[in-house]
Order: sequence, then C-alpha cells, then structure tokens
Amino acid sequence: MSFVSMSAAIDTTAADPVKRRSALPRYVTPLIGLIIPVTVAVLCELAVRWGWSNGRLVPPPSVIYATFAELASTGELQRHALATVARVAFGFSLGVVAGTILGALTGYSVTLFRLLDPTFQALRAIPSIAWVPLFILWLGIFEASKITLIAVGVFFPVYLGVMGAVMSVDRKIVEVGRAFRLSGFQMVRRILLPAVLPSYVIALRSGLGLGWMFVVAAEFMGASEGLGFLLVDGQQLGKPAQIVAAIVAFAVIGKITDWLIVGLSAPFLRWEDRFGRGAER
Amino acid sequence: MLQLEGVGKTYPNNVHALDGISLKVSPGEIVAIVGGSGCGKSTMLRAISGLDVASQGRVVLDGVAVMAPHEKIGIVFQEPRLLPWLSVAGNIGFGLDHLARAERNARVAEALKRVGLADKASVWPRELSGGQAQRVAIARALVPRPEVLLLDEPFSALDAFTRADLQEHLLDLWADSRPTLILVTHDVEEAVVLADRVFVMQPRPGRLFEEIVTGLPRPRDRQSSRFDNVKKQVLAALDRSMARPVQAPEDRAPEGAALWW
Ligand SMILES: Nc1ncnc2c1ncn2[C@@H]1O[C@H](COP(=O)(O)OP(=O)(O)OP(=O)(O)O)[C@@H](O)[C@H]1O
Ligand SMILES: [Mg+2]
Repeated sequence: MSFVSMSAAIDTTAADPVKRRSALPRYVTPLIGLIIPVTVAVLCELAVRWGWSNGRLVPPPSVIYATFAELASTGELQRHALATVARVAFGFSLGVVAGTILGALTGYSVTLFRLLDPTFQALRAIPSIAWVPLFILWLGIFEASKITLIAVGVFFPVYLGVMGAVMSVDRKIVEVGRAFRLSGFQMVRRILLPAVLPSYVIALRSGLGLGWMFVVAAEFMGASEGLGFLLVDGQQLGKPAQIVAAIVAFAVIGKITDWLIVGLSAPFLRWEDRFGRGAER
Repeated sequence: MLQLEGVGKTYPNNVHALDGISLKVSPGEIVAIVGGSGCGKSTMLRAISGLDVASQGRVVLDGVAVMAPHEKIGIVFQEPRLLPWLSVAGNIGFGLDHLARAERNARVAEALKRVGLADKASVWPRELSGGQAQRVAIARALVPRPEVLLLDEPFSALDAFTRADLQEHLLDLWADSRPTLILVTHDVEEAVVLADRVFVMQPRPGRLFEEIVTGLPRPRDRQSSRFDNVKKQVLAALDRSMARPVQAPEDRAPEGAALWW
C-alpha cells in the first residue's frame, strides 16, 4: 500500500464516526427536549381518565385544550391576547428607546457615565413592582401606568446591555475607524453600531423577557382585559383550566416575539464568529 | 516628503518612550525600523500616523504638520484588524466611502485581483487564513492610494514561509504606485529584503541609534553574500544598541565597544 492510499484510508475511517455521530442527532435532537413535557402531559391525562384524580385543580391537557378552543372560538382569547401584546409593544418600545439612547450615551462618554450611571444604578436597585402604587397615583389606573411599568422593566436590561456593549467595543477596531478619519457620526454608524449589534440583540431579548413579566404584574393591578386579566379571573371564578390556557398563551406569544427578534437580527449577524453558533442552528 | 523634527513622546504614565527622533524620508523610499521589544517603534509609527500626537517636535508631510490621521497616510497593524461584519470586499473598500459606488467597486475588484484574493471577495474575514487576512489589510490601506504607508510588524504573526511570500508581494504592490513605506519589524532579514535604509533603535528613551543604507539592487537575493553582509551589519548594530541602552549615539566610545567584545 502506498503512502498516499494509506493516508486516504486513514482519512475515511477518521471521517466516518464523525459523520455517523452527526447523522442521528439531526432528527432526534429537537425531540429530546419534548420527552419530559409530553410524559408529564400524558401522565396527567391518564391520571384523570383512570380516576386517580378528579382534575379540578390540575386540569388535564384535554380540558385545557377545550378551554383554549372555546376562548378562541368566541374571540375572547384574541381580544385579551391583543390587549396584552399592545401593552408590551408600547412599553417595550418606550423602554428600548430610552435604554438605547441613555445606554449609548453613558457608554460613549465618561462624563455622562459619571453623571448618570449612579442614579440609574440606584433606581435599578428598587424592585420595579415597588413603583406600582406611585405610578397609579401619578398616571391613574388605566393604560399609562401599566405601560410605564413595563417600560421601566424593559429599560434596565437594555440600558445595561447597550452601555456595556459600547464600552467594550474593541479599541483596535475603533482605531481603524480613526485611521480612516471617520467623523463622529460615521464612527457610530460604521463601527460602533455593527460592533454592538450582537450584544444589543441579547439586551433586547432580556428586555423583552422582563416586558412579559411586567405586563402580568401590570394586569394584576386591575385590568378589564388582557391575558393577565384571564389569570385573575380564572382564579376568582375557580377555573384553573382558564389560568393554564392563559399561561400557555403567554408562553407561545412570548416565544414568538423572542423568535421575531432573533429572526429579524439574524441576517445582520451572519458574520459572527463565536463559540455558540453551532448549538443554535 | 516626510519629515520628523525632533519627535518625542512621553506617555501620561511618564514613560519617556521616544526622544528627539529626526528623520527625512523621500517619496517612494522604503525605510525599516528595527529594535528590541519596547524600544518605542510602535510609538514612533503611531506618532507619524497621527493616531497619537508627539509630545515634542512634529511630523511634517509635504510641508504640513500631521496632527491627526491623514488621508495621505495609510497604516497596517500587526493584526489585520479587519471589520468582522464586512465581507473581504467591504473591508478593502472601507476607506473609499467618498467615491461613487461604481468607482469604488472597480478599485476594490482591482485590489482583490492584485492581492490574489479575487475569489474571496464575498467571504467573511473569519474564513480567511492569517496570511490572507493580512493581505486584505494591506490592500485596504493601499486602495486609497496613500503617499506614505506605515506597517507595524505586519508579518510577525505569520510563519516564515508565508512571511517571505508576503514580503515579495508587498514589494510588488509597492512597485505599482511607489508610496513611501515605513516598516517596523523584529526580523532583520525582512528589513534588509525590503528597505533602502534600516534604522536601528535603542530603548529608554527610544532614539535612532544607527542608520544602515542597504544599497542592494532589487530584486534582492537573500542568499547572496552582499545581502548577508548587510544583515550582519544590522545585527551588530542591534547588539550594540541593546548593550549600551543608556548612552546616546554621540558619546558612544568605539574603544569601549571594542573592550566590551
Ligand atoms: N499607551 C501607552 N501608555 C503608556 N505607555 C506606553 C503605551 N504604549 C507604549 N508604552 C510604553 O512605551 C514604550 C515603547 O512602547 P512601544 O509599543 O512603542 O514599543 P515597541 O518598540 O513597539 O515594542 P514591540 O517591539 O514589543 O512592539 C514601552 O516601554 C511601553 O511600555
Ligand atoms: Mg510595537
């Protein structure tokens, strides 16, 4: 056997196990995550069917589905979901705009950092829910106070994320911009913005997560519609299936909005060269 | 014409990195700066580039003092420093934003062909090898047609083979438009292959210690004995510069040096 054919033989044997290892998981990997929830759902359903439990407090999947379908067919679900989504959308937008502008300013300018950051850090230490009574006094019990609370919740992760990202932009890359004599505005557009984009997306995602958290708190404050209202209503009227249906709606819509951020930003982040890329595809 | 008039630099932490550097470089000349680590070579290059401003003296290009990055001065760093979010073509065209798109694309395509990376135009920087990335960095600096190109140890991260390759390549590119090249390097052979004049620097504070005119015809034969002689001359000067770090070149005693050896 010549050296060349031998090394070719070694190559194929070396490549083979790699191929086999990756061929199987391609179809199986996403399913692994389903094992536990599906098992729990099936057990729950069987427990009711076989009479081990009456299912009054822990409604089985079939009842939840029926409730869900009923709420959807009357248009109730859509109405409540829309109200909640609208609140999150407004609050999130406000929080993101404020967090982005102030985060960018404090990250960029040492003076502004020294001036503003201590105040924001002090405010951040207050649990945002603690503002609720004050917001109600100031803004009334209707939309304004709810949206403000959500905006406050979204603001801090976005502010911190943007500030940290701007501060940690690679000095060497900024220097390339300087060497090409970019103006301040061009430096922001051509160097800083693209450089902070990956961290910005992460900041937006954590901001959005908090937005969904705070919309529930806001709707607990007293609302006549919204998924949070469905939760309270289900508790007061003793309808656990409605509560779980609302929770499922939260999960689905929350996940979809998170996907939207990831999906919309993905085309701008294809250049990224980082460790986590493989796991996410 | 590039002129350094008594350029000195003291960093805010009181490190006196550079002292009284005076130097005239004529257009199209290739000058190499060699010296031990930390002797102020990068500091000097950054002062010329305008990225840092000298604390004493001044840098003058065509009669105008350089106070900030200058359109006629390009720079290549030790690392390629490509912008990871731009394709290879985007990186090369980075300094051509003022041009119309068609003109820019034509210049970029030309440069890509010139550095032998025409097939990599739309590739991300992360997909390039170290040598390819450095070629893109050189193309990026050359595409705006600078009068002076500064290179700070541009090939030091590459293996010996790629390095020799890129040295020849740099000479080819230089021959196109003959900008002034100022090259900082650790590699004496690199200095002798490329430069018309080699300056040896001494540390603390950084000063020009000795000037060696290579006077070799191009293309240069790395194997020739004349090449070897110049190399030895530079190496000897380097040794001296490091053995006598405190003394200025004027009060350097030849007998002392002889005694030392
Ligand atoms: N930004 C800085 N602030 C303070 N001191 C610095 C700074 N940059 C360099 N120095 C100091 O100035 C001196 C010269 O540094 P410089 O980077 O110019 O050396 P160099 O000749 O390029 O070295 P090398 O060959 O290792 O790159 C060193 O003593 C270094 O510690
Ligand atoms: Mg250096």
